[in-house]
Amino acid sequence: MEARDLTVVRGGRTVLRSLTFSVEPGRITGLLGPSGCGKSTLMRALVGTQAGVTGALTVLGRPAGHPELRARVGYVTQAPSVYDDLTVRQNLHYFAAVLRPGARHRAARAEAVERAVADVDLASHADALAGNLSGGQRSRVSLAVALLGTPELLVLDEPTVGLDPVLRRDLWELFHRIAADRGATLLVSSHVMDEAERCDRLLLMRAGEILADDTPEALRRSTGRPTVEAAFLHLVDRAAPTAAAGTHEDRQEQKGRPRP
Amino acid sequence: MNPSRTLATAARVLRQLRHDPRTVALLLLVPVVMTGLLRYVYDGSPGTFDRIGASLLGIFPLITMFLVTSIATLRERTSGTLERLLALPLGKADLIGGYALAFGLLALVQSALTTGVALWALGLDTAGSPWLLMLVALLDALLGTALGLFVSAFAASEFQAVQFMPAVIFPQLLLCGLLVPRDRMPRALEALSDALPMSYAVDGMNQVVRHTDLTAGFVRDALVVAGCALLVLALGAATLRRRTA
Repeated sequence: MEARDLTVVRGGRTVLRSLTFSVEPGRITGLLGPSGCGKSTLMRALVGTQAGVTGALTVLGRPAGHPELRARVGYVTQAPSVYDDLTVRQNLHYFAAVLRPGARHRAARAEAVERAVADVDLASHADALAGNLSGGQRSRVSLAVALLGTPELLVLDEPTVGLDPVLRRDLWELFHRIAADRGATLLVSSHVMDEAERCDRLLLMRAGEILADDTPEALRRSTGRPTVEAAFLHLVDRAAPTAAAGTHEDRQEQKGRPRP
Repeated sequence: MNPSRTLATAARVLRQLRHDPRTVALLLLVPVVMTGLLRYVYDGSPGTFDRIGASLLGIFPLITMFLVTSIATLRERTSGTLERLLALPLGKADLIGGYALAFGLLALVQSALTTGVALWALGLDTAGSPWLLMLVALLDALLGTALGLFVSAFAASEFQAVQFMPAVIFPQLLLCGLLVPRDRMPRALEALSDALPMSYAVDGMNQVVRHTDLTAGFVRDALVVAGCALLVLALGAATLRRRTA
């Protein structure tokens, strides 16, 4: 995945300012930064649902949003996007049928559904209506949908927000397993800095710009700080004179759900 | 467009409805009860019941499918599932076709029930075949689905979506010839009613009431309703954007 001079303008405001970066395949890259810094917009640009994108953005060797990528990229939005009036299994069966249609793939679909249910540890709730689940459970259903097609790239927008520590640990173990066993590339956003330590590589964002692009260890070393959080604050302070201009716009970034 | 994906979408929409039996019961029973009520309102003039009753058989599916589709599509937009689906290998025609198929099936059951009760229990007298009544009812349901899908793009909330019902449906209801025959309306209103699809739905129903055989007028009316439904479905497809701000 490679971005060159990537800029996104939304409603006259520049949300991402000419970003240039690349994400290594087969690794977990953390996209970290405060709320409203443009993480979700960057992710939507990668999966091809964001309008107003300029610059070059290549995903798995194709321009982002290319029809061929739709089956190869898994995307989980920040708010769970599943049908509340279907059970967990019915949700998964429908999305599986969209990914691999036809009676020919029925057995493969059933298998993918059961595996996804097990991956997110929802086997005991597989026949419950998604609307009756807790917030954390619903976001895991949403994650399970993205795991269905064994995607080569998984774009996860704050997948662990609001989950308890045990589940968060389990999900991070799952992410590492997916990267290691399936060779998939993961881009995981978070505004919680302690999750940064679990990533192979980090993109630190602020006000539509990338502050740092490095491994957690190298970041701590180069800034001489004990944690990624401290390193991030150090970088923000250092960049303060230039970043201040963007802060106001940054706060105004609309957090609501985009309407396709 | 991929038939398997369209069918999967239709099955999913029907499955969602199955978890909502109250909506299904209201969809199926309210038109029957209203037709029954109408029968006793016009107890003294069976001729009027034949005319208005037949017209209503065309209007019920249009209104109910309009409401159901506009809310269902709005929910699809606001819950993020639409964005997710459009990021997957799903064609817009698959999504729209799936909805049209699922609600068309529901409309078929609804109009079979209402037409059956009207003809055999309430004594609605038609010269033509009840199958033709059901055909028009089905086309009306598709038109309602298409209109609902289209207007949901302009509604930001459920409140706005339900307000589109009086805004889009009522003018057609007033001008379709249900209250005053269209040729007895002022010239300007008659011209306006010529441009509204519900007028043709009601005209088609009345052709079946009056004529034993398939008239040219009926064929024209059915084609106009079907054509409008397809046109509005295409417009609805244009409102589904893969990339949004």
